[in-house]
Amino acid sequence: MKIVVLVKHVPDAQFDRHLTGPGNTTDRDESILSELDEYALEAALQLSEARGGAKAGNEVIALSMGPAGAVNAVKKSLQIGASSGAHLSDDALAGSDAAATSLALAAAIRYLGADSPVDLVLTGMASTDGETSLVPAQLAERLGLPQVTFASSLEVNGEHVVARRDGDAHADTVEATLPALVSVTDQINEPRYPNFKGILAAKKKKITALTLADIGVDAAQVGAAGSLTAVETAEARPPRTAGTIITDEGDAGIKLVEFLAAQKLL
Amino acid sequence: MAKALVFIDNPGAALKKSSLELLTIANSLGQAVVAVNGELHDDVAAALGAHGATVLYRPSATDLDDYLVAPKAAYLAAVVAASGAETVLLENTADGKEIAARLGVKLNAGVITDVVGVDADGTAHKSVLAGSYTTTAKARTAVAVLTVKPNSVDVEAPAAAGTPEAVTIDVPADATANAARVTGRAEKPASGRPELTEARIVVAGGRGVDGDFGPLEELADALGGALGASRAATDAGWIGHDYQVGQTGKTVSPQLYISAGISGAIQQKAGMQTSKVIVAINKDAESPIFEIADFGIIGDLFKVVPQATEEIKKRKG
Ligand SMILES: Cc1cc2nc3c(=O)[nH]c(=O)nc-3n(C[C@H](O)[C@H](O)[C@H](O)COP(=O)(O)OP(=O)(O)OC[C@H]3O[C@@H](n4cnc5c(N)ncnc54)[C@H](O)[C@@H]3O)c2cc1C
Ligand SMILES: Nc1ncnc2c1ncn2[C@@H]1O[C@H](COP(=O)(O)O)[C@@H](O)[C@H]1O
Repeated sequence: MKIVVLVKHVPDAQFDRHLTGPGNTTDRDESILSELDEYALEAALQLSEARGGAKAGNEVIALSMGPAGAVNAVKKSLQIGASSGAHLSDDALAGSDAAATSLALAAAIRYLGADSPVDLVLTGMASTDGETSLVPAQLAERLGLPQVTFASSLEVNGEHVVARRDGDAHADTVEATLPALVSVTDQINEPRYPNFKGILAAKKKKITALTLADIGVDAAQVGAAGSLTAVETAEARPPRTAGTIITDEGDAGIKLVEFLAAQKLL
Repeated sequence: MAKALVFIDNPGAALKKSSLELLTIANSLGQAVVAVNGELHDDVAAALGAHGATVLYRPSATDLDDYLVAPKAAYLAAVVAASGAETVLLENTADGKEIAARLGVKLNAGVITDVVGVDADGTAHKSVLAGSYTTTAKARTAVAVLTVKPNSVDVEAPAAAGTPEAVTIDVPADATANAARVTGRAEKPASGRPELTEARIVVAGGRGVDGDFGPLEELADALGGALGASRAATDAGWIGHDYQVGQTGKTVSPQLYISAGISGAIQQKAGMQTSKVIVAINKDAESPIFEIADFGIIGDLFKVVPQATEEIKKRKG
């Protein structure tokens, strides 16, 4: 089985995050592998292992699109267990919105499938910076693949994909045939950590550096120029500050109600 | 006049407030037209007319719900072509965002999610990076696709209301060709409380409730609020995953968020820190939740919460 896992390099939410520059794009210093993509990688590794792993010809390719630093998301994926990586990077990609990102990633996935077809594209449920959840659905549309998104469980039997998708009013069982695109939630598994052996093994694994020219995408279709939306203004919201903090002395419940009454919240 | 298309998926027996909000925005942008999928009751159709819908589109196919997202996007693309709509407004749910995503590709239209307001010129307002920035964004394309969060605008019906013209739209024959099929559906029981993302008040519990949401349910009911939870509580199986607030759960922005027995991890804050007023009840004075609480109580939730519930009941008589 040949699986492409999409891994995004995102600013670490443990630190303050900023929008910068004329296009109000995300500052990517202090970035990490998006933690929601670790679930997609884990799902891919489990599928590969259940079929005998790399020895049996299974492949898990970690693909990231982003500036130079994004190669770290690919490297981390190799340490965790992906068999090879691909990093799509090009100055012209800067400022890409979901439409431009999905266009470029679709072309990169086609490129990775040129020698042997990709059976499954796995993604996270959302990027922890953009948080749009648009890219997986747009990729499915662009690649003409069945879309199985927000999967909280996933089984692949032969060509048959079965997933569970939890909605508010109902929980659905969703089925498709391979090749397919699946996005997974944080309910699906418990991602593993890289171990010492994995970190050593990763050094020998191949990362393919891709540019727009390699994947046959015109610079005008991506980046700020090719994006279909523009962020016009961005204003930092003043951080919340702590208000009144009291220690319960037996009447805190009543004090709470007095506070709510004063705020006209009752 | 510019046309704004509202998509309402399975309106059911009565229109939801969030659907009326979409219609209110559509009216502010131009002439409102509506595309429905699923059963359409007469009084729902009448309510749509009363809220400004001039045309009511329905799909020729009745099996769109048997597939995930894809054929609904194909249907909407056909409605946009038929209506000439310049803006498409959808609910900001998982399905709504994904239908928007695919529609954007089909129409080469810019898609903006998590919108909380739309100006007359189409500028969309939203907040990003877990509420740390407010931004304005605009589609650069002929058609704009926006998914709008609930509680974004006050519902207003236009002065002139009429009976919408009914139009059936042929769903493209290949709409289901590469779509994933929904082969099983388990309905979830309704709680009778307000919808979490729309509620004015949310009472949320975490690991500190230790398996017993009873006291929080009573407080929620005394306040007429919805119940929420941290991932620790949903992972423990004490309450359904649909109640999870946070990065991988619901994003809520109520007037009042009461957090009890929740430490306030970054992923939890991501889903609630734009709430108007935050109250925190936690035993541990060092919990990060106190950094963002307007009113914090260092104490045992099993003492504080029931006492507050009693006091509210007393005051409300
Ligand atoms: C990818 C990813 C996504 C995540 N998404 C989410 C998400 O969407 N939402 C979310 O909430 N979390 C999410 N998390 C988990 C998050 O990191 C925290 O682990 C989680 O929020 C902790 O829940 P908690 O505060 O209930 O539990 P804890 O951190 O264990 O805190 C329990 C608190 O209860 C207090 N307490 C205990 N007993 C009492 C009592 N009797 N009275 C008062 N206080 C008491 C304790 O002092 C403590 O502060 C995610 C994590 C990851 C890795
Ligand atoms: N630049 C990128 N590189 C690799 N994967 C991405 C990128 N952007 C988005 N994705 C994938 O798409 C998912 C959803 O992202 P988003 O639509 O931005 O919320 C992420 O979890 C990733 O798996």
